[in-house]
Amino acid sequence: MNREDFPMLSNDIIYFDNGATTLKPKCVVDKMNQYYFNHTSNIHRGDYDAAIQTNILYDNVRNIIADFVHADADCCIYTSGATMSLNMVVFGYMKKHLKAGDVVLLNKAEHASNILPWIRLQEEIGIDIQYVPLNDDYSLTLDNIKKCVTDRTKVISLAHVTNVIGDVRDVQSIGKFCHENHILFNVDGAQSVPHMMVDFKESYMDFLSFSGHKMCGPTGIGVLIGRKELLEEMDPLFYGGGMNSFFEEDSSYELKDIPVRFEAGTPPIAEVIGLGEAIRYLTNIGMENIHQHEIELKKYLLKRLDEIPNIIIYNKDSKSGILAFNLDNVFAQDSSVYLNHYHIAVRAGNHCAKMLKDEIHIKNTVRVSMYFYNDFSDIDRLIDALRNSEDVFKIVL
Amino acid sequence: MDDNLRREIILDNYQEPFHKGLIDDNSYCKVNTNSESCIDNLDFIMKISNGIIEDIRFDGEACAISTSASSILIRKLIGMRIDDAKDLLKNYKNMINEKDYDEDVLGELNVYNEISKQPNRKNCALLPNVAIEKLLGEMENGK
Repeated sequence: MNREDFPMLSNDIIYFDNGATTLKPKCVVDKMNQYYFNHTSNIHRGDYDAAIQTNILYDNVRNIIADFVHADADCCIYTSGATMSLNMVVFGYMKKHLKAGDVVLLNKAEHASNILPWIRLQEEIGIDIQYVPLNDDYSLTLDNIKKCVTDRTKVISLAHVTNVIGDVRDVQSIGKFCHENHILFNVDGAQSVPHMMVDFKESYMDFLSFSGHKMCGPTGIGVLIGRKELLEEMDPLFYGGGMNSFFEEDSSYELKDIPVRFEAGTPPIAEVIGLGEAIRYLTNIGMENIHQHEIELKKYLLKRLDEIPNIIIYNKDSKSGILAFNLDNVFAQDSSVYLNHYHIAVRAGNHCAKMLKDEIHIKNTVRVSMYFYNDFSDIDRLIDALRNSEDVFKIVL
Repeated sequence: MDDNLRREIILDNYQEPFHKGLIDDNSYCKVNTNSESCIDNLDFIMKISNGIIEDIRFDGEACAISTSASSILIRKLIGMRIDDAKDLLKNYKNMINEKDYDEDVLGELNVYNEISKQPNRKNCALLPNVAIEKLLGEMENGK
C-alpha cells in the first residue's frame, strides 16, 4: 500500500525494521521543510505572520493527536519519544504517589523503557516490582494478571504490543479490570499506536506513551497522554522557559497549566508539525486497513516460511506484523548481515527486551517487523534469500 | 589474501573456537563485553604469571567475526610477554581502524584486514581486543 509515497523505497530496499523506526512519506518531510523554509519561528512569542502561522500549526497537532487516540487535547504532552514519556510517568507521577511496598506489575517481554525506570524507582523508594508470567506462546493474559493482583498492587504497566513477540494485549479488558480495582494502568503504545486503532478512553488507560518516528513521523518527538486529574498531580521533570507563569526574587513561582507545564524550553517545533502530518497521513489510509494488511502479510510470511527447513520461529501466533526467528546454527547478527547482502533490512539482537531471554531461552533473534508499505513481493524476496541461506557464511565472511 | 582461505580460517575458528569455555579458577581475572555491543555477549578470563600471559579463555554468544577473532587472538597471545601482547593488540586495532600497522606481527589476524569495508562489523572484530585490553589494565591496576 502507498509505496509511491516513500522515496526510500525507490532505492531497491526491502525495509523490515519498522519496529525500530519507520520510513518517512514525502508529505511529512515536505511539511517540516515548509516550516524550515517558509515560516521558521519560535512558538507562542512572536506577533509576526510566520510566528502566527507556526503557532496555529503547532497547537493544532494536539487536536490531531487527541482525535487519533480518543483523548482530550489538553492532556496530550509533547515529549522526545516514548522513552521520555514513560520516564515522566515513573519519575513525575509514580515517585510522588507510590510508597515502599506498593506493587507494580510488569512482565518479561517489556522493552527496557518500561522496566529500567521502575527498577530505578525501586532503588529510590522501595516499590515492589513483580513480573506476571507469560503463557507458552509468550502472550500476556488478563487471567495471569488477575492471579498476581493483591491489595498491594497499585500499577499495571505494559506494552499494548510487544516489540519482539508482537502479541497484542487486550488493553480494553485489562484497562477495565484496572479501573474496577483502582489500579493505575500505564500503557506503552510505541508498537501499537502506529499499527492499529488505540482508544485511550475506552481502554481506561491512565497513561499512554508513544513515539512519532515509529509511525511515519520524525525522530525526536513523542507523546504522553494522561488522565487530566493525574496530570494535574504530576511533577514536571524539566523547568525553564515556556512552562512558568512567573518567578520572583523570593523564590515564589507558579507553573502554567497542563500540558505546557511539562514542555520546558523550545520544543521540537518542526517535529511536532511533522508528527501532525504523519497522523493525518495514517488516518487517510485508515488504521483498520493498516492493521488488517499487516495481519495478511504475517499470514503470507508464515505460509512461505514453511518452505525454509532450517528456521526456528518464536511467535507464530501473535497478531501483528512482527516475526522473530533464527536460522539453525547461525547467530542472529550473521543472519542480518547476510540479508543485508540482498538489501533486506531486518534487526538482530535482543531488541532492548533483555529479560525476554528468560522466557524464550535465547538471547538474540532476527526480527522482521512490517508496515503497510510492505507487500507480498517483499516477503518473496526474503524467502528467496533465506532459501539460499546454506551459503550464509560465504556471503558474510 | 585469497577469499576462500580467509573464509576457511574464520569459519574454522568460529565453528571450533580455540579456548572457548571458562574454568572456575580465582587466579584468573574476568571481564564481560556486554557493554561494548548490544548483541555480542562474551566473557573473557586471563591468567598472567611472571609478566607472561599464561592463559586466556572465553565463552558466550557472539557472531562469526567476534567469535573467530577471539579464538585467533587468544591463540596468538598465550605465551606472550605483556609488552609484546600490548604491541600486538595495538597493531590489530590499527589494522581494523585503517591506520598504519605491522602486518608481520599479526599472522592469521590478517584475515580481518578488509573488515573495515563493513563498518558495522569493525566492533565485532575489535570485541576481543577491547576485552583483553581491559583485562590487562585491570591486572596492572591490581598489582
